[in-house]
Amino acid sequence: MVKFIKRFYTSLIFLFLYAPILVLIIFSFNSSKSRGSWDGFTLNWYVEMFQDRQIMSALYVTLGIAVLSSIIATIIGTAAAIGIYNMNRFNKGIIMNLTYLPVLNADIVTGISLMLLLIFLKIPLGFTSLLLAHITFNIPYVILSVLPKLRQLNKHLYEAALDLGASPLYALRKIIIPEIKPGIITGLLLAFTLSIDDFVISFFTTGSGVANLSITIYSMARRGINPKINALSTIMFLSVLTLLIIVNKRMDNTEEGDN
Amino acid sequence: MKLKWISYPYIVWMIIFILLPLFLILFYSVTYNTSEGLGFTLEYFQRFFEPIYINVLWRSFKLALVSTGVCLLLGYPMAMILADKELKNRNVMVLLFIIPMWMNFLLRTYAWMTLLERNGILNSLLGLLNIAPKDFLYNEGAVILGMVYNFLPFMVLPIYSVLIKIDKNLLEAAGDLGANSATTFRKIILPLSIPGVLSGVTMVFMPAVTTFVIPRLLGGGQFTLIGNLIEQQFLFVGDWGFGSAVSVIMLILILISMGVMGKYEKEQEGGGLW
Amino acid sequence: MKKYFKLVLFMVVATILLAGCSGGRETLTVYNWGDYIDEDVIREFEKEFGVRVVYDEFATNEDMYVKINAGGGNYDVAIPSDYMIKRMIDEDLLHKIDFDNVPNYQYIDDQFKDLGFDPNNEYSVPYMWGTVGILYNKTMVDDPVDSWKILWDEKYSKQILMLDSQRDSIGITLKMLGYSLNTKNTQELEEAKDALIEQKPLVLAYVGDEVKDKMISGEAALAVVWSGDAVYMMRENPDLAYAIPEEGSNLWFDSMVIPKTSKNKELAEKFINFMTRTDIAFMNTDYIGYSTPHTEAKKQLDPSLMNDMAAYPAMEDLEDCEVFEDLSSSASVYDRIWTEVKAK
Repeated sequence: MVKFIKRFYTSLIFLFLYAPILVLIIFSFNSSKSRGSWDGFTLNWYVEMFQDRQIMSALYVTLGIAVLSSIIATIIGTAAAIGIYNMNRFNKGIIMNLTYLPVLNADIVTGISLMLLLIFLKIPLGFTSLLLAHITFNIPYVILSVLPKLRQLNKHLYEAALDLGASPLYALRKIIIPEIKPGIITGLLLAFTLSIDDFVISFFTTGSGVANLSITIYSMARRGINPKINALSTIMFLSVLTLLIIVNKRMDNTEEGDN
Repeated sequence: MKLKWISYPYIVWMIIFILLPLFLILFYSVTYNTSEGLGFTLEYFQRFFEPIYINVLWRSFKLALVSTGVCLLLGYPMAMILADKELKNRNVMVLLFIIPMWMNFLLRTYAWMTLLERNGILNSLLGLLNIAPKDFLYNEGAVILGMVYNFLPFMVLPIYSVLIKIDKNLLEAAGDLGANSATTFRKIILPLSIPGVLSGVTMVFMPAVTTFVIPRLLGGGQFTLIGNLIEQQFLFVGDWGFGSAVSVIMLILILISMGVMGKYEKEQEGGGLW
Repeated sequence: MKKYFKLVLFMVVATILLAGCSGGRETLTVYNWGDYIDEDVIREFEKEFGVRVVYDEFATNEDMYVKINAGGGNYDVAIPSDYMIKRMIDEDLLHKIDFDNVPNYQYIDDQFKDLGFDPNNEYSVPYMWGTVGILYNKTMVDDPVDSWKILWDEKYSKQILMLDSQRDSIGITLKMLGYSLNTKNTQELEEAKDALIEQKPLVLAYVGDEVKDKMISGEAALAVVWSGDAVYMMRENPDLAYAIPEEGSNLWFDSMVIPKTSKNKELAEKFINFMTRTDIAFMNTDYIGYSTPHTEAKKQLDPSLMNDMAAYPAMEDLEDCEVFEDLSSSASVYDRIWTEVKAK
């Protein structure tokens, strides 16, 4: 009985989370350009999508920025988390409060102030500036994901390794990193996700013809969002889902989940 | 451990990309342009305390609070299910909470409109059951729904990550000592999960206060919230001073609330995102 | 692990290459609304002049302004709307165009020259134009739609979509009251505020771009819309009709300008001239579907579109129409009114 309630509740929540996604997917097959009417089934948007230079280049920029910014943010953020963990309480408090701020600040404020900074630093607006901005708003999420895992860590493990003659870096690589890996992975994933979805900050920090999907979509809104975007989202969603299933199958075969 | 140096790259980064822009905002919020140059003023901060803006602040807080509450009510049981020892494919389930965010936010919100409209999908389904169409969109309920939808993962994940850390022996011990499951929950699980709840509340409440797209699209633009107010000052009015002042006030409120929470947080238990 | 590393490395290299692949050719950077140009036109320009066009898009005039004003991006040509052009002229953000380099300017309809936002035709060349009016669903509205007052008619309670734009919504209210939509008179603005507050219970929603989907699917009976959108919506749903109220309305323009961020003014002028060449202007108008100010291109259009009253209204309908001017310091008054209306 309890099991049934659990299942039922989980399905309800997932229905809630995925209902709009389903709508999106269905409307990628709508032959009308408008979301307001259903004119019949078509696969045209999928064909046209690949021929649309603008959408394809936006896709590359989005993925490029998301991959690069999440990896760099994860490296800097993980290192920062380890360092912060070892600070005294006062310093830790200050740094953590500052780390929270960009997470909590209104996007428009972050976006405009970053733009002013980039211009002031004479960094031309384009791919690099966009990357810097994304790394900036991604790092806090990585820190916030890794830090709790560090708190769970057994302090003596690291010291024992040092006593046994390991260099600090070796101990870090062999002892600490493996222990906090789940936190690092969630941080990476979250950073990647936020990077894909951001519009406001991206808009103000990019230029020179570099636009990500969000910018393309928001700019399209005035003239009606093209269902090609729905088609693209559908493909992205399905590929992630497939990847997830494959990875999961393989993990099941090799070992029972490590966390 | 002496590994403090490892965080220095971040500290440099933070000073340049977080602290400097923040000072810029602070600077805008207390200065104005005159023909002779810059002047110092607190006028922008004063203006915020006029009734109409307090009204805006109040409404934003109210909506954000309700959304946070709903997220907590929906999210806590979900987090418990996820943290359940018997659950298979846990990692996949957790991922499934993140993936919806890979679809563009604007597209997802538009999709909600398709669902909730007068001639929308939900009303068509109700029509099949002979229930008269209802106006789901364009009221506070729709805004709350939009916020809950977008921020629910930020509530579930931190609570889940705290729950999964709870030592199972503790629960068994409680059982052996004769506590029923309700007592175990009240006396052990709930107190231990407080850090997760607190970070979940922060992660949901703050973006909910400053969001401006959700009230515009799902609320039919009928009420101005703090996020809209800030956006309007920067983009439409060009009054960066007032816009900056409002965001500084928001940041101060955030810091105060985090400080208050920090008091409840034990150093060792530590909240954090997960 | 190695495999993943290689994959990541590949993506890093690929993106860097992607970002850095600008050859030695001259570049022209254009800043325009989303989906507001026939891409083939850009390719054609690149081919003909042997240059590379970098094309950026914005979602609102204000977004664009903030960026250009801060000096972000080296934009050579931008296509903002009227009031924004006035503001940019006043703030010295635009170059004067050398019209000797834009001979095709002769094709622009005289009616669209000497406009309030650029009184001496020094800074801008019209790209597209249109009006603001009422789009209504003929199956849901049986009264004649000839006045803004219909938006205050209780009969259509919760059937009305207003624009979520302070300038437009306050503007049409002023028009309904018989005032100028550029007024800075406090008394008149106060009246407009009261009217908007009075109207609020009747309004279903204050909408933006999503109005198109709403009206096509019959979610509401009446909506305030831009004429270019109206043409598109009427094509998708034949029950819809467009009217410009007799009190007059807003006449809007999106025009090409050269911001001071430009590093290649001559090429920018070549581009503007190219865009106003008859074949190109026709090609572009045909794609976008908005109203063109280009006399020759208009002649080549499909007669059904040309006779469309929404796209090309009769001259007498435009008599009481006004172009937005920049509000400068009154912007905060408008903002306050809007916040008060929304706070109710």
